[in-house]
Amino acid sequence: MSASGPAAGPQAEYQAHLAAGRFMIQRSRSTGRYTFYPRIAIPRTGETDLEWVKASGLGTVYAITVNRAREGAYNLALVDLDEGPRLMSRIEGVETVAIGTRVKARIAEIDGGPALVFDVAQPGKA
Amino acid sequence: MAHALKGRSAIVGIAAAGTGEAPGRTAIELLAEAALAAIADAGLKLSDIDGLFAATSNHAFPTLSVAEYLGIRPRFFDGTNVGGSSFEMHLLQAALALDAGLCDAALICYGSNQRTAGGRLVSMSEPQWHETPYRPRHPITAYALAASRHMHQYGTTREMLADVAVAARGWANLNPAAFARGPLTRADVLASRMISDPLTSRDICLVTDGGAACVMVRADRARDLQHKPAYFLGGAGAQWHRSITQMPDLTVTAAAESGPRAFAMAGLAQKDIDLVMVYDAFTINTILFLEDLGFCPKGEGGRFVADGAIAPGGRLAVNTNGGGLSCVHPGMYGLFLILEAVTQLRGHAGERQLRQCDIALCHGNGGTLSSQVTALLGSDAAL
Repeated sequence: MSASGPAAGPQAEYQAHLAAGRFMIQRSRSTGRYTFYPRIAIPRTGETDLEWVKASGLGTVYAITVNRAREGAYNLALVDLDEGPRLMSRIEGVETVAIGTRVKARIAEIDGGPALVFDVAQPGKA
Repeated sequence: MAHALKGRSAIVGIAAAGTGEAPGRTAIELLAEAALAAIADAGLKLSDIDGLFAATSNHAFPTLSVAEYLGIRPRFFDGTNVGGSSFEMHLLQAALALDAGLCDAALICYGSNQRTAGGRLVSMSEPQWHETPYRPRHPITAYALAASRHMHQYGTTREMLADVAVAARGWANLNPAAFARGPLTRADVLASRMISDPLTSRDICLVTDGGAACVMVRADRARDLQHKPAYFLGGAGAQWHRSITQMPDLTVTAAAESGPRAFAMAGLAQKDIDLVMVYDAFTINTILFLEDLGFCPKGEGGRFVADGAIAPGGRLAVNTNGGGLSCVHPGMYGLFLILEAVTQLRGHAGERQLRQCDIALCHGNGGTLSSQVTALLGSDAAL
């Protein structure tokens, strides 16, 4: 049970998991479909029997850009999780990477709060 | 078999105001100036307007603000806001309302002082909580991501993107009203400042001021007015996502759905189109929309636009006003697509006038490739 209690919605629950150091995503018990960002139902098909499961944390870069701001350049990537859903994040420790690069999630602190970032996955390490 | 709405209504008045820079003037002042000029262009009076359609980035309740400012008490109104594609949707709504007799003279209008008010693209759009930590700079970030994917998947190059900007500038150089004029080469685009890879400052639309408006009436009345009517032939919208993270395939927009639906309504096909006006907020847009609207196969857009193919004298006339890239882009550009299409259909486009222009396609885009609305307009010859 999350720190925010049973009444919390999926967004708050996701963030509470992150704050506790867990990257969790939702999956339908009946169909096995995943969704991200967290919602009250799977989009299109509408399953509401969602459970939180630990994400593998592994994914593949689907698209990437480097925002060249005055205060410095930083990348923004869309990552396809191995479970299926896509999310926006940052690939840490590099200016940019090739699309298709395998990446692994880590919980970091951004602006004082927990946020998911990705590192380039080291081959051979899960 | 064309839809019953085909040719039942027409645009009979158009106007722009303060295109480019309009220091010291507010969004609603520019909107109202364009509205009054469009009504005059139609040969109608302000008191004739009984249908009102508006969207801006400044007004949460645009039809309320506009109706009050102009003193209109509309019988029918719609303030659908799907970003830059709002006005193509308003064309469809106005066509429906006119045909149903819910109003007799529809005003569609927009105004923005985005350039002189701050010089940045302003949006009323709320941030997406699951994106915020990574500091996306939308809309640029989203379109740069789409461009990165298209390049990866289809071998589209920065040179091909640059050629979109060069073609737009070529048309702008024939349009005295265009804001950005003068020579622009592929090398200039490639050498300009990188903003968000792979998009440079020249791959990104202008930030200008500007108001725009058009007036629509039923076809029977349109024939009695002063200008050649631009008939509404068909229109359709499609929307598949809000956040770029939820776009199923960054190389396929919902134009792949709105386009065929609009063509079906009009009983027309790509080969019938004389002028293609697509919302070019970024160079990748033109490539994506030409593909999704069926002017070239998916993935071939980059090669299709390269080497002057959509520039003046090319194989397909695209964005003959100079587009959002070189003519005007006050934040929500969609209505300016319609103004250029009507100008060409009337034969009033001066040096850039197409030899034949009886059918024009206007394609509006809103959000981060989110909302796609296609409208087809035509002259008498298209009916």
